[in-house]
Amino acid sequence: MATKEEQQAYAEKIKSIQPKPPYVLNCLKAFFIGGIICTIGQAIQMFYMTYFNFTQETAGNPTVATLILIAALLTGLGVYDKIGQFAGAGSVVPVTGFANAVTSAALEHKSEGLVLGVATNLFKLAGAVIVFGAVSAYVFGMIRYIFQHLT
Amino acid sequence: MEFFWAFVVGGAICVVGQLMMDVMKLTPAHVTTSFVVIGALLDAFGIYDNLIKFAGAGATVPITSFGHSLLHGAMASAEEHGFIGIAMGIFELTSAGISSAVLFGFLVAVIFEPKG
Repeated sequence: MATKEEQQAYAEKIKSIQPKPPYVLNCLKAFFIGGIICTIGQAIQMFYMTYFNFTQETAGNPTVATLILIAALLTGLGVYDKIGQFAGAGSVVPVTGFANAVTSAALEHKSEGLVLGVATNLFKLAGAVIVFGAVSAYVFGMIRYIFQHLT
Repeated sequence: MEFFWAFVVGGAICVVGQLMMDVMKLTPAHVTTSFVVIGALLDAFGIYDNLIKFAGAGATVPITSFGHSLLHGAMASAEEHGFIGIAMGIFELTSAGISSAVLFGFLVAVIFEPKG
């Protein structure tokens, strides 16, 4: 086994040989695709506000659910991964990326059966988001609650 | 105009994620978990609500809004039930997102075959 120092030295050594990612181009792609997904979200939100009497605050929920449905379908069709290869973070950061993580993990393990394959692996990738989200919301919520009741 | 700001703000949040992936060499999973924590943190200071008012879906569609909704549900329930309410309300606003992700993710995995 290599020691920690050796590992660090190796990481330093290969750093100079690794190809630099095209920062500006990647950012432009992420901006463009991420922006388009949010614009579609805005259109869906306005649709729910106009035809189903949702308010600005409550329209977020059905909008997110609709985007998740679209992203899950696109993942099943194999389209979302192609978008992801082009867009990088532009397809990861929107909530559609969350749906993609759920669906692709489930699809990947389909051969192991419905219970042990699909159902157990559904949150294999996306579970981290829920765990960190719930823990941080609990901690921040406690802090805010204490502050509100001290002052 | 709403569409313009949704595009710009949503795109800008994705650029931050892209920079975290390229410059800090984080995996997509690390980026999304960081964004959820950042969203909850911004909501703790009341900043995220202003961003939603300004950018609409540009702020509600990125995963940061998941953290914001978690804390929002917790605080709304805490006003009714005291500090026990924090645990009761955490998933109140995000239940639509989580249940639809479970439902649609499961159905798609059952119907479609894995590609490649």
